[in-house]
Amino acid sequence: MDLKLMIYLVVGATFALYIGIAIWARAGSTGEFYVAGKGVNPVANGMATAADWMSAASFISMAGLIAFLGYSGSVYLMGWTGGYVLMALLLAPYLRKFGKFTVPQFVGDRFYSNTARIVAVICLLVISITYVIGQMRGVGIAFSRFLEVDLLWGLIAGMGVVFVYAVLGGMKGITYTQIAQYVVMIFAYTVPAIFISLQLTGHFLPQTGLGGSLSGQDGMYLLNALDQTLVDLGFNEYTTNRNLSTMNIFLLTMALMIGTAGLPHVIIRFFTVPRVRDARKSAGWALVFIAILYTTAPAVGAMAMYNLIDTFHPGGVGNPEAAMVYEDRPQWMRTWEETGLLQFEQEGDGERVHYYNYKNPPAWTEEAELDGYTVANLDRDIMVLANPEIASLPNWVIALVAAGGIAAALSTAAGLLLAISSAISHDLLKGVFMPKISEKNELMAGRLAMVAAILLAGYLGLNPPGFAAEVVALAFGLAASSLFPVLMMGIFYKRMNRQGAIAGMLVGISTTLIYIFLYKGWFFFPGTAMLADNPDGWLLGIAPQGFGTVGAIFNVITAYVVSKLTAPPPKEIQDLVESVRVPRADTA
Amino acid sequence: MNTKLQEQRSAYWKANLRILIGCLIVWFIAGYVLPIFMVDVLNLISLGGYPLGFWMAQQGSIYVFLMLIFFYAWRMNRLDRKFDVHEE
Repeated sequence: MDLKLMIYLVVGATFALYIGIAIWARAGSTGEFYVAGKGVNPVANGMATAADWMSAASFISMAGLIAFLGYSGSVYLMGWTGGYVLMALLLAPYLRKFGKFTVPQFVGDRFYSNTARIVAVICLLVISITYVIGQMRGVGIAFSRFLEVDLLWGLIAGMGVVFVYAVLGGMKGITYTQIAQYVVMIFAYTVPAIFISLQLTGHFLPQTGLGGSLSGQDGMYLLNALDQTLVDLGFNEYTTNRNLSTMNIFLLTMALMIGTAGLPHVIIRFFTVPRVRDARKSAGWALVFIAILYTTAPAVGAMAMYNLIDTFHPGGVGNPEAAMVYEDRPQWMRTWEETGLLQFEQEGDGERVHYYNYKNPPAWTEEAELDGYTVANLDRDIMVLANPEIASLPNWVIALVAAGGIAAALSTAAGLLLAISSAISHDLLKGVFMPKISEKNELMAGRLAMVAAILLAGYLGLNPPGFAAEVVALAFGLAASSLFPVLMMGIFYKRMNRQGAIAGMLVGISTTLIYIFLYKGWFFFPGTAMLADNPDGWLLGIAPQGFGTVGAIFNVITAYVVSKLTAPPPKEIQDLVESVRVPRADTA
Repeated sequence: MNTKLQEQRSAYWKANLRILIGCLIVWFIAGYVLPIFMVDVLNLISLGGYPLGFWMAQQGSIYVFLMLIFFYAWRMNRLDRKFDVHEE
């Protein structure tokens, strides 16, 4: 069957499924709208959390980044999984015990202050909106690529689908839809990986295939072969490549971990399980489902890189007379060339494409006649989507990957929109400004806030303030430096008071924002960056992406000092903290 | 709240903190010490076709994280029962 028709069929079928589920599980009450009526089983909740959490960045970008970064790509693997340990141990059980709907509500009640609640809402909005911009762009690119329409129409189609199931379904609808999306996503990710692992190494599991030996090359290990090939091309060894200093690797990994545990749309998930012990386990189940993709990703990256080099050098590296002939390049290269994400440049009248590290040409390039084509642009983000085509897998696998990428972006966008709408309707309107609002009007306000957020995110997704990866890194740094420290201190430090929490959040989020803006431009406007974004220009050598860790430290120090200088929290708040610390409160 | 109950509560919380700190130490070793600070040393050892440090960074740490969460949940459920604060 024709590839394009196949993609329409598979993507269309998955959409019909999501929308059907959203209509079937329509939310009736405000409780169901925000937290699915607290009736979600921990395994199901874990699966939905995994879909919520794994966005276009995990599905589309990450393996491609790892393919080009090698060992350095590990920061994403560890950073985006290790945060669940912090979540499960330090936050989830206590927030579930507290038993409220939203993160700002916890902050407002624990710190007995509407100001604290409003500051938390502002942090939440800044984090979620920056994050959702990246997702909407991902949705738009995926739609426009596979439906072969303009980016604008791709975005509009994506906004329409998000609208239908997020706005109508609320949390209950989203939870069940996300379970379906997880299944689609994980199939789409693992099926091609298994195919490729079998092709290259004969291992069924990509996790062992990556450490396996290449089929038909007398015991040569895949990673050794890849290391050797990359060195022959003038690049660094795959398994030891480092593009950042050890300190920056540490800070970036830490920022991603703390940021994960501070993301409001993920935290909110642990409000939806029946009991405290389910909250402890639920984070574990979420990580099980995430780990299936995250342990497969390094194999996808390395094998895609190996296959890609093989495509460029069918006669082996160092044998330019046998390099790929430009006119005979595979169909997938022609398709991606149209998007501009893959570009070749003609340098002379030769007919072959020569791919090596142009900045550090290896010795064999000096004597050879290399007057053909060069690879002018090879975008990392195309690796996962093009991977099944690079390995010449059947059309239905390619269509499945398209559906998976769209599912990843949509599920995360929906979860973020829900967090935004509950912050506005539940925390700002019901909690602070209009306490007497009826349940029906509150639901309506939540839905209107979602519509506004979809429109804003769609607009900014069309005119993004920076690369999607930069926007995502900012969202993590902001979450790490603002919400996580305050939530943790609220549970583990009884003496923490209103003044300390407010000061901590403000100092954490503003130092991180300013540091990022100094290097990336004020509000990401191009040309407004005041310092050079490279290791020489970084203050104390700290990369902006990793600054969230430093912001979190500032947050904790400020909160501690300010709380010591001001009055301790009232008795009933200290009792509240006591009761949050034990699973069963009725004995208090 | 009577004094006995209060003592019980504080003993429960201290026991929780001990388990928590133990788990966080393992988390730090698996997520930072082995795969980042000691990666070059570990890479001298190989695990099948994987250099050990590289394996720890791209596979091993994730498995440890998983086991930690389930270990903590299991250990805390036992503690809840011991102190009779478990849920129905």
